[in-house]
Amino acid sequence: MTETCSIPVSGMTCAACSARIQRTLEKTPGVVGAGVSLMTNTATVDFDPAATSPERLVDAIRGTGYGAELPTPGLSAEELFQTQDVERAEEVADLRRKFWVSAGLAVLAMALSMPMAQVSPDAVHWILLGLTLPVVFWSGRHFYTRAWVAFRHRSADMNTLIAIGTGAAFLFSVFVTVADRWLVARGVTPQVYYDAVVWIVTLVLLGNLLEARAKGRTSSAVRRLIGLRPDTARVRRDGQESDIPTSQVVVGDEILIRPGERIPVDGMVLEGTSTVDESMLTGEPMPVAKAPGAIVVGATLNRNGALSIRATRVGRDTVLSHIIRLVRQAQGSKAPIQRLADRISAVFVPVVISIAIATFVVWFDVGPEPNYLHALISAVTVLIIACPCAMGLAVPTAVMVATGRGAERGVLIKGGEALERAGSVQTVVLDKTGTITAGRPSVTAVELVPVPGDATDGSSSTGAVTRDDLLQLAASLERRSEHPLAEAVVEAAHGRGLALDEPEAVVADPGKGVTGRVKGRDVALGNRGLMQDRGVDVAALDALARAVADDGATPVFVAVDGRAAGLLAIADPVKPSSREAVGRLHALGLEVVMLTGDDRRTADSVARAVGVDRVVAEVLPDRKLDEVKRIQAERKVVAMVGDGLNDAPALAQADVGIAIGTGTDVAMETGTVTLIRGDLLGVPQAIELSRRAMRVIKQNLFWAFVYNVIGIPIAAGALYPAFGILLTPAMAAAAMAVSSISVVSNSLRLRTA
Amino acid sequence: MSLGPQIVVAVAGLMAIIWVNWYFLFSSAEPALAAASSGKTQRFTIEVNNSYSPATLRVQAGRPVRLDFHRVDRSSCTEEVVLPDFGIRAYLPTQQTTPIEFTPTTPGSYEFACGMGMVRGKIIVEDAGDTKQ
Repeated sequence: MTETCSIPVSGMTCAACSARIQRTLEKTPGVVGAGVSLMTNTATVDFDPAATSPERLVDAIRGTGYGAELPTPGLSAEELFQTQDVERAEEVADLRRKFWVSAGLAVLAMALSMPMAQVSPDAVHWILLGLTLPVVFWSGRHFYTRAWVAFRHRSADMNTLIAIGTGAAFLFSVFVTVADRWLVARGVTPQVYYDAVVWIVTLVLLGNLLEARAKGRTSSAVRRLIGLRPDTARVRRDGQESDIPTSQVVVGDEILIRPGERIPVDGMVLEGTSTVDESMLTGEPMPVAKAPGAIVVGATLNRNGALSIRATRVGRDTVLSHIIRLVRQAQGSKAPIQRLADRISAVFVPVVISIAIATFVVWFDVGPEPNYLHALISAVTVLIIACPCAMGLAVPTAVMVATGRGAERGVLIKGGEALERAGSVQTVVLDKTGTITAGRPSVTAVELVPVPGDATDGSSSTGAVTRDDLLQLAASLERRSEHPLAEAVVEAAHGRGLALDEPEAVVADPGKGVTGRVKGRDVALGNRGLMQDRGVDVAALDALARAVADDGATPVFVAVDGRAAGLLAIADPVKPSSREAVGRLHALGLEVVMLTGDDRRTADSVARAVGVDRVVAEVLPDRKLDEVKRIQAERKVVAMVGDGLNDAPALAQADVGIAIGTGTDVAMETGTVTLIRGDLLGVPQAIELSRRAMRVIKQNLFWAFVYNVIGIPIAAGALYPAFGILLTPAMAAAAMAVSSISVVSNSLRLRTA
Repeated sequence: MSLGPQIVVAVAGLMAIIWVNWYFLFSSAEPALAAASSGKTQRFTIEVNNSYSPATLRVQAGRPVRLDFHRVDRSSCTEEVVLPDFGIRAYLPTQQTTPIEFTPTTPGSYEFACGMGMVRGKIIVEDAGDTKQ
């Protein structure tokens, strides 16, 4: 059994170095094979872990006089972001120093470049050269080194353009300074461009500085999510309480959370009641009440009560970790709209260099005197004004900001493609149960048999039966049943604080109802069929039953001692926010369709309550997919909204599958968009965010494209013959810096979407 | 005035344009193959220094690929690497080696690039039968 490890090696300069290290490694005991790459500065070693270790291999390499270090083990997302922050801060500080130095020199150079009578031009040129040297060899050094590295790998980027542009102007100026007398003797006025070099470097540095700072903000949302997890957790193990790092919490630990603290991991409440602010994950502003048995999610904020929870998911398995992973994945994806930008930027730099050369040739051959100066400066201006960065940044920055912003509001968009499709949705198909409605039946009304003259409340002709009595009898009868409707009845009784009795002789009649004895009374609970079987006359309840059904609820008759006593209306209530959500979808100009397996009457009543445009009722669960296909056949871009489990095939068929969560569920992988919050308001949010993101992307691409298409010809001198307009290299540098910053800033506007 | 310098500049310019486009766009380095000793996983070490070296990799479909990105530059341009076809965006701390693993299943050409798409590399995925190991 062998293992492989890669060790970065530093200090190698030639093939002899790598060969020497390789020989040494091969002679080291336990090494099976070794390869050392000079190009990648890496030693790849196959070794027998029983005989040696990566640490010993590093020592062996160091013994040859070269530097080596072990690859650092994987860092957590949080640590990585911290490292990234530190590195970015260093880069910004470095750029700022370089910028200020060259800015100071640029002002001096500009002053010295003014025509001055007292000092000879010759002396001024030498002073200017002295000012320019630190700018080229210190402030702007990285442009040249990076351009050179890229050149060796047959690639070219922004650094290439700046290096050639400033390099040409600088070398020309040095030549003029040195050969001053020679030029004067030949009747040529010596002309230098040191100030252009200094200004270009200064302005590009300023652009890079602002861009580096702005780019750091594009990932601020993910950073904020990562920062939500508390570092420590108060754990009770074997009766001992102690604060331990959150990373050491294991499943099954009992964790204590005081009021005002964040919950460290996912868990279930063991003791205590409190309200928990889940807005940071779900976007839901209202705190959620938690009692023993309730599920709590890591990173949410415990508000007013002390809680003790049992850890159920820790580390990578928590909801927060899933969210962060999904957002990072989304940010690693590519939007189809980016393909054009990619194709252009792949050939951009060589094409710009070609245009610059052509510009030089045209000015030299047909331009006015002094032709060589015009040729040189126009070519340099072309190189400097071209901005491949704006093109490259246009799409990724917007995708980064939009997906991060979505995550902050509980809307997980699975990447650039999802964003693009969600932005073009025309029809939204909503599944009814669990999406528009809560998906959990509950008792919406308790009605007694109407009595002439006393139709509102109190007793009835059955004698001393109140609404509470009726509910108490029904719930007592149902308390051992697991039928969803029975659970609704029992829950309603609990909700009213009614104590239940133990039922006797309970007989369930599947599809009809249940009968039995409670407190010595015969109770029957069920549909019309059950009442007919039992010979109970329910004519007095007909009008009520019809009204209940029209409201979209199911009437359940209750008979006591063989006589109709009243009925319970049981319905799957519409979520409070559904109507508002549908209204917002309409405001976005979308058609809203409701899909349900319910009968038409119930479906219509729900549809009326929330205001959807179209209802497709009585759809069997496995036919939902066909309905989505049918709407797609109308040439509509369809978003299907469902629970992500039963509706998975329909979600997959739709152009955009929006899986609606339950706040704590980690079924986030289904759907192109996942709403962590259980209500529908996330649907208009997701579509609106996607539309805004697409608008920003299109603006960015348009701007980046038009900027280059207009800027490059002007820099080349296209306006000179007609209007005499020529740009200076410094103006080009300013335009370039503004161009790339404006793209990043435009994307950052999405942070408030 | 003679046209001599004009013709020389025009010809030199044309040749320079041809050379620039050939050098950057059409002459590509040989794709790198995974180290033969690496067993089941196809491993590469890629140095990140304002560019990827090697920038073109050839791998076999269906076998796991591990790319060790060793970043030496300090430019924020290359601080992230993105493999859009595999849904990967990873931050590469400088002076460190960051491993990235995935298994390509479909032959084809897949790109990897820095976070801004300016620095690029290519992974050529071939049918297992096509590449001799």
